[in-house]
Amino acid sequence: MTASATAAERPTVTAFDPEAVRRDFPALHQEIHGHPLAFLDNAASSQRPRQVIEEIARFDSNDYANIHRGVHELSQRATAAYEGARDKVVRFINANDRKEIIFTRGTTDSINLVASSFARPVLNLGDEIIVTTMEHHSNIVPWQMICRERGAVIRVAPINDRGELEIEEFEKLLNPRTKLVAMVHVSNALGTINPVKRAIDAAHAKGVPVLLDGAQAIPHLRVDVQDLDVDFYAFSAHKMFGPTGVGVLYGKQALLESMPPYQGGGDMISVVTFEKTFYNGLPAKFEAGTPNITGVVGLGAAIDYLEQLDWGAVTAYEADLLDYGTELLEKIPGVKIIGTAEEKASVLSFLIDGIHPHDVGTILDRNGVAVRAGHHCAQPVMQRFSIPATTRASLAFYNNRDDIDALDRAIRNTIEVFS
Amino acid sequence: MNEELRDLYQDVIIEHSKRPRNNRALEAPANSAQGYNPLCGDQVKIYVRMDDGKVADVAFEGAGCAISTASASVMTETLKGMSADEAEALFTSFHDLVTGAAGPDDEDLGKLAVFGGVSEFPARVKCATLCWHTLRAAIAGQEDPVTTE
Ligand SMILES: Cc1ncc(COP(=O)(O)O)c(C=O)c1O
Repeated sequence: MTASATAAERPTVTAFDPEAVRRDFPALHQEIHGHPLAFLDNAASSQRPRQVIEEIARFDSNDYANIHRGVHELSQRATAAYEGARDKVVRFINANDRKEIIFTRGTTDSINLVASSFARPVLNLGDEIIVTTMEHHSNIVPWQMICRERGAVIRVAPINDRGELEIEEFEKLLNPRTKLVAMVHVSNALGTINPVKRAIDAAHAKGVPVLLDGAQAIPHLRVDVQDLDVDFYAFSAHKMFGPTGVGVLYGKQALLESMPPYQGGGDMISVVTFEKTFYNGLPAKFEAGTPNITGVVGLGAAIDYLEQLDWGAVTAYEADLLDYGTELLEKIPGVKIIGTAEEKASVLSFLIDGIHPHDVGTILDRNGVAVRAGHHCAQPVMQRFSIPATTRASLAFYNNRDDIDALDRAIRNTIEVFS
Repeated sequence: MNEELRDLYQDVIIEHSKRPRNNRALEAPANSAQGYNPLCGDQVKIYVRMDDGKVADVAFEGAGCAISTASASVMTETLKGMSADEAEALFTSFHDLVTGAAGPDDEDLGKLAVFGGVSEFPARVKCATLCWHTLRAAIAGQEDPVTTE
């Protein structure tokens, strides 16, 4: 491209080439029941690129040892890799300081940490935590448990028929008894992208901190925790092309400093006697015991992978794919999409007239199309729409129009079987 | 169409799933039990009235996917007049059939043989057996909901 080229002359090829990216993911290239695999279950867990698989193997083959305690070479290499991954997370979500990044077992563990160490000490009888109708069970049950213990209550901000948060209703729920807002950033069941900036501003205006469940946002959006001014942000590596069993809790330093430890054990202490124990500083205070060292290294490799992509191009590509899928599905008689928010990411949750999602899932699988059928750990969403379950196709940037075409054919086949 | 799919979704199964038999509640006096498949959220309630040690009437409410609805429907058709022991023996044969431990010709399963295709779909075995587990609880007068997990 020359400097004089006009916009129209510029090649549309960018740093993001979907077919090249696809080649990075070995699992995508196989046949399932005689059909090329169309992997459309990314919201449950995503596949890993060769770069992540190889970095994990390289680390385990050469540098593995326990961290933070060895004088020997391998322990130092492992510590450097583990703490290096923390620095990558800092950059990736634009945190202010590495003390703000806690490695956990995943989103669920991150939320439970906040429930236990932040919410438990501040909640008193009659206090409130606000969630929304579209939460994943992992952003409901920890609050229910802690509220029951403290005599506090959960208030639920409603959603409309398109699956969008009713933001004015949410704002009305904020009151002097509100101690925390816990909200999903992107809904796993509906794909809705919540107006989190507005929600955070409204909560902060009332002095209320906000936790965002970012499990589904991280693989689709670039998240800047300082720009959002969010207080806690939780996500899992396995939904962003990294390994299972590891995730992150971001927390503002002042909040994390003020919180008691989550679990007791090694690494989270500085001095232990039977009379008194001195806790370690951040982030070690929240990382008791030997962590998932290899998992953290794999998370770091997934971040490296994501950071070399052109995210403007990725989001445009994903939006185009979602539009394409939405159009195709809307053309099939008897198919209804659940979740039609204006702001939406990469989820096609749908019903077929008279056919149960469990049957749909089985027939799609025999057509090589991997989807999830069920309540997607979001039963209140199903109750809101008075349905038992949906079939959900969820996309990643490595999916293409062939995958969507396979979905379209498989849905038509399903209808045929039942006709 | 894929042959295994055709075996699973036989016409009889599709037909029963669309027009289930005995899909109603029984008035008291009748035993009932609730069954739940946490994997997919399906729920079934089985009612049974025993008379003189035999099934006088049996019916169901709820269910969900085609396999679980058809299974409950065909089950209720098959059971009338059987003793609890006969029902239990039939369940054992049915279980062997859907888990692939026995072929459809191994036992005298009558209409239940249409569920032989389920054995190729391990993820669907619980859909076919939920109503049977729940029936067993209903006959026994068990209060706690039955779950497949
Ligand atoms: C929106 C949302 N929140 C939380 C979770 C829980 O994540 P994990 O199981 O990795 O802890 C999920 C995963 O299904 C999710 O989609």
